[in-house]
Amino acid sequence: MNLTLKIWRQASSSAPGGIHTYQLGGVSEDMSFLEMLDLLNEELVTKGEEPVAFDSDCREGICGMCSLMINGQAHGPEVTTTCQLHMRSFKDGDTITIEPWRASTFPVIKDLIVDRSAFDRIIQSGGYISANTGSAPEANSVPAPRDKAMHAFNAATCIGCGACVAACPNGSASLFMGAKITHLGDLPQGQPERYSRVVGMVAQHDHEGFGGCTNIGECTAACPKGIPLDVISQLNKDLRTAMVHGF
Amino acid sequence: MAASGIVFVLFVLVHMYGNLKAFSGEVAFNEYAHHLRIFGEPMLPENGLLWIIRIVLLVSLVAHVGSAVALMRRARAQRPVKYQVKRNNASSLSSRTMRWGGLTLFVFLIWHLLNFTIVKINPAGDQSADITENPYRLMVSSFDLWWMTLIYLVAMLALGFHLHHGTYSALQTLGWVNSASARAKAKIAGWVIAIVIAGGFSLVPLAVLFGVID
Amino acid sequence: MADTTTYYPGLEPTNEPSVQTSDDAAGYYTLGDKLVDPKAPTGQIEQRWTTRKFENRLVNPANRRKLDIIIVGTGLAGGAAAATLGEAGYNVKSFCYQDSPRRAHSIAAQGGINASKNYKSDGDSDYRLFYDTVKGGDFRARESNVYRLAEVSTNIIDQCVAQGVPFAREYGGLLDNRSFGGVLVSRTFYARGQTGQQLLLGAYQAMERQVAAGTVEAFTRHEMLDLILVDGRARGIVARNMVTGEIETHLADVVVLATGGYGNVFYLSTNAMGSNVMAAWRAHRKGAYMANPCYTQIHPTCIPVTGAHQSKLTLMSESLRNDGRVWVPKKAEDCDKDPRDIPVEDRDYFLERMYPSYGNLVTRDIASRAAKYMCDDGRGVGPQVEEKQKDGTTTLMRRGVYLDLADAIARLGRDKVEEKYDNLLDMYQRITGEDPYQVPMRIYPAVHYVMGGLWVDYELQSNITGLFVTGEANFSDHGANRLGASALMQGLADGYFVLPNTIADYLADGPFEKLDDSHPAVQEALTSVTERVDQLMSINGERSVESIHKELGHIMWEYCGMERTKEGLTEAIGLIRELKKEFWTNVKVLGSADSLNQDLEKANRVADFIELGELMCIDALNRRESCGGHFRGESQTEDGEALRHDDEFAYVAAWEWGGEDGSPVLHKEDLIYTATKMKARSYK
Ligand SMILES: Cc1cc2nc3c(=O)[nH]c(=O)nc-3n(C[C@H](O)[C@H](O)[C@H](O)COP(=O)(O)OP(=O)(O)OC[C@H]3O[C@@H](n4cnc5c(N)ncnc54)[C@H](O)[C@@H]3O)c2cc1C
Ligand code: HEM
Ligand code: HEM
Ligand code: SF4
Ligand code: F3S
Ligand code: FES
Repeated sequence: MNLTLKIWRQASSSAPGGIHTYQLGGVSEDMSFLEMLDLLNEELVTKGEEPVAFDSDCREGICGMCSLMINGQAHGPEVTTTCQLHMRSFKDGDTITIEPWRASTFPVIKDLIVDRSAFDRIIQSGGYISANTGSAPEANSVPAPRDKAMHAFNAATCIGCGACVAACPNGSASLFMGAKITHLGDLPQGQPERYSRVVGMVAQHDHEGFGGCTNIGECTAACPKGIPLDVISQLNKDLRTAMVHGF
Repeated sequence: MAASGIVFVLFVLVHMYGNLKAFSGEVAFNEYAHHLRIFGEPMLPENGLLWIIRIVLLVSLVAHVGSAVALMRRARAQRPVKYQVKRNNASSLSSRTMRWGGLTLFVFLIWHLLNFTIVKINPAGDQSADITENPYRLMVSSFDLWWMTLIYLVAMLALGFHLHHGTYSALQTLGWVNSASARAKAKIAGWVIAIVIAGGFSLVPLAVLFGVID
Repeated sequence: MADTTTYYPGLEPTNEPSVQTSDDAAGYYTLGDKLVDPKAPTGQIEQRWTTRKFENRLVNPANRRKLDIIIVGTGLAGGAAAATLGEAGYNVKSFCYQDSPRRAHSIAAQGGINASKNYKSDGDSDYRLFYDTVKGGDFRARESNVYRLAEVSTNIIDQCVAQGVPFAREYGGLLDNRSFGGVLVSRTFYARGQTGQQLLLGAYQAMERQVAAGTVEAFTRHEMLDLILVDGRARGIVARNMVTGEIETHLADVVVLATGGYGNVFYLSTNAMGSNVMAAWRAHRKGAYMANPCYTQIHPTCIPVTGAHQSKLTLMSESLRNDGRVWVPKKAEDCDKDPRDIPVEDRDYFLERMYPSYGNLVTRDIASRAAKYMCDDGRGVGPQVEEKQKDGTTTLMRRGVYLDLADAIARLGRDKVEEKYDNLLDMYQRITGEDPYQVPMRIYPAVHYVMGGLWVDYELQSNITGLFVTGEANFSDHGANRLGASALMQGLADGYFVLPNTIADYLADGPFEKLDDSHPAVQEALTSVTERVDQLMSINGERSVESIHKELGHIMWEYCGMERTKEGLTEAIGLIRELKKEFWTNVKVLGSADSLNQDLEKANRVADFIELGELMCIDALNRRESCGGHFRGESQTEDGEALRHDDEFAYVAAWEWGGEDGSPVLHKEDLIYTATKMKARSYK
């Protein structure tokens, strides 16, 4: 199929950016979205133009490296990651607008690549269980109810891609944060630090400049792992408890 | 935000119930307005309850608008470069219009208070003591004007929208929506409160306009 | 236990050192001295690690702050080590090329992680896990290392659970296990199909906690381009800041490489796009030995290639073979028909036909090769893909075989099948656009894991003093083949438990002489990297990096893939040498070196893949036996099975860089078993 691609190009974080339009033919519907961009890049290189920079690594939907706002939707029209989106979701003659995640907490580094290190800093401020290597008790000494463990697992599947922030009109990272808080807070091992964790993470989140959540719900719709809004409610609940108990 | 929002919700619920007394006629309505003022006497001075309510409302308003502005600022700062194309997939219109809806309500509130409480402007022109001391008459003569009714109906639409998302949102913010079924219930609550309150309020102006009450 | 006790023959060797009589690679290498692991432990196998831990020196906690450790890689091996060494109070600098440590490719592992917890009381033990791993590796691994791996496996599970890794649990709340990779005990711990992800997030979070504590400094989007040696000791790295393009030097008392596998030398593999060999290869060029580079694991159940555009391959869990039947049409002319219209009598259930007792459950290498033969025979299915032939012409081939769930669906009902494989089948449908409940799935083998890597001693130190290598990047624990669910185990064993202990013994001699950037050795490394980057930028030829990488991958897959022959490998070496010339004279890298430049990143990686590819072919050529993942056409039984030659090749092939125009030097480390005895694999 033939496509018109409108792609945001920006040489560096300080340079101004803008939309460039490219025509691309020979796209097969078996290609993944990123392979379609690979094809464009091969053409650009042949023509001596600098290829479009975009992030990807595993291309299996698990590492969270890929991003892209595709026609105004984070990770495109399906509930999946950009790398797992395939061109059969588009049709011949389509115009596709491709932009980077937009948030000042995710500054553009180049073209479609943004800096998501703010997520690492949120995890640093509490998104863990302190268990020094070697000090762990026998694994089965603390049973965890199966449904709780499953619930924790579901929240733990967050891949840290940032689509939630990109889709949220407030640019809030509450879904990302809530996923980690729910994952660790659901497990017996996570209890001792449960309330200091939420306070620390929320403080860092706000300090980074992420927006506040007003429960709009675009995040969960964009989330490739289907992290539900429950986790934000859980975050709020834990935060409220923490405040009441003066953490 | 949620706390002040819920104060508002409770207030409008009671207020709406009071307004519906209009259907029981002039005497009942004015008596209710009067009761509001002498409630709790002698433990409270005259207008005591009313002032307590007013203070709570005022504090809530400051908190509510304050946090609304803070949220808006943060959101703005987060997205200095807008998307060329942005689609919304899952959110309700009401959730995305909270700020406009809130602003509308704010403007409405000023007008409303000028109209009924502070200055008691009677747009129909009559400023006699009969009107200013008789809330029922003031109300009826106001809503006899089509454009007054329109202002109120528009405001009620804004209120309905604001409450539709606001109710659900407040429950979520308070951390009470931790499962898919709880979310479904919270969303239903949003609909019910929005329809009951906005609908309930609208009945009176409509009734006046159509001459059911006069 | 009765049969295993017979493997306890005390400390008497159970085999003789091998003597190589064949010399297929003559002319391509020079023979160096034999290699002996200077740190090899002695004593009863169960006591070796305990004794070593006790004997190793410790570092006074007050001194740890003064010791700098560089860890390149944040996968299970690197991330776990950074966390643990940070907790211990060392000064750690951690590097990865991704934008966050959490994205290392360990995240993609699906199946699970082994540990000899024996929670199922099905007779598991450290010894059994050790034995299964050595046997699975076709007796080409060091027994002391493998035993240690089995021994610490249980600690890994304890550690991960304490960190909050949400492993699958039973109704009673205790941990669940499944059996995996054809072993008879249930010892695999898992977190649905995302075990690697959950384990990595555990290590990542532990590491981020240390970043907050100030003991670990994380350098993301930094790629190691060279190793800095001072007086023969590894003292630092040269890395490129991938955002600014700046070439930086980082110095330390010790350097750890945990940079993962190099399967991407095949271009198409299940590895991440950025997986590379650069760190290991640069160390190799500085003197570190590369061991068993030809050992690659090919996984039979991946989603087939759909066209020339394909950038990577996706693994489908092997468990599908438990319920699916593998077949191709009997007649080549049926290959483009709707498979549902092909009557049963026209289908060739080739695995069931060729291996009646194991059927669809034969081992990975056998299943893979059989599928390849069917497609070579013109009976592959799926879309036609252009393939370059040996004579340079291109033909259209179908590369895929059916994996049919229809019988399973009829037998178990769709619900059961859905419950078992839902996620996987969704992923399949997303990628292929076909509904596996309606149409048989198509699968084809793909490169998945490399057992080869930098040579290390028992303490995970390479032959370069002060350079430690962990995880998939070393060659250590899997021999010629890796059992399912044991790479994760190795990464975490190395990272949490082994390296932190052995590196302390090394650092007990530190801190070493303070260095700064002005040291001539540092300057020299910096200059050579800068020159290489400048050279890549200035060639300005005709060909994209991508096209050269694809060509390399094609050569490797064709001649150094599932089946290797003397003729093919010799040809491949010639082709790779030409490709190397082509690369250095005709590659085109656009953009500038002083900003983010993905083309340049790729060029750097591909340059090293080319050199590695050549060494892999030489290693494969030399090893005229079939063992584990390495199948030499010349060495098979009458019914086409792998034939090992313990008399000739029971050694680790450790290759030394022979210089730009020289040939590599082969050092052999004999494999001598005392706690077990070599046995041939058999599927009869
Ligand atoms: C699809 C798939 C499924 C698998 N399933 C299983 C399974 O079920 N069970 C199992 O046991 N094993 C499995 N494996 C194998 C296992 O996942 C890997 O062998 C293991 O995770 C490797 O871990 P590692 O820490 O050594 O390296 P990796 O996790 O690959 O990490 C490499 C690190 O090095 C960094 N790096 C690399 N080069 C450079 C450089 N030049 N400069 C700076 N940084 C660099 C990277 O950024 C990364 O952080 C699977 C593998 C794949 C591909
Ligand atoms: C005075 C003008 C008002 C303004 C500017 C305003 C603005 C806002 C804004 C911006 C929000 C945030 C959106 C969100 O959290 O979902 C909000 C929330 C809310 N508002 Fe208002 N609002 C006003 C009046 C009211 C009134 C009169 C009511 C009730 C009758 C009300 C009830 C709520 C509720 C319940 C919420 C949800 C709180 C939460 O999620 O925590 N608001 N308002
Ligand atoms: C159709 C709708 C409405 C009608 C007919 C109405 C009518 C009135 C009347 C008659 C009064 C004066 C009562 C008295 O002085 O005793 C009043 C007061 C008031 N109304 Fe309304 N109202 C309506 C909607 C609303 C809404 C939607 C809000 C808030 C968002 C609101 C907020 C108030 C407030 C704050 C006061 C002042 C109470 C006080 O004296 O402190 N009203 N209203
Ligand atoms: S919550 Fe979902 S959208 Fe947000 S980072 Fe995690 S996986 Fe991505
Ligand atoms: S879209 Fe944004 S407002 Fe909250 S519910 Fe999701 S973070
Ligand atoms: S590239 Fe890893 S999730 Fe898309």
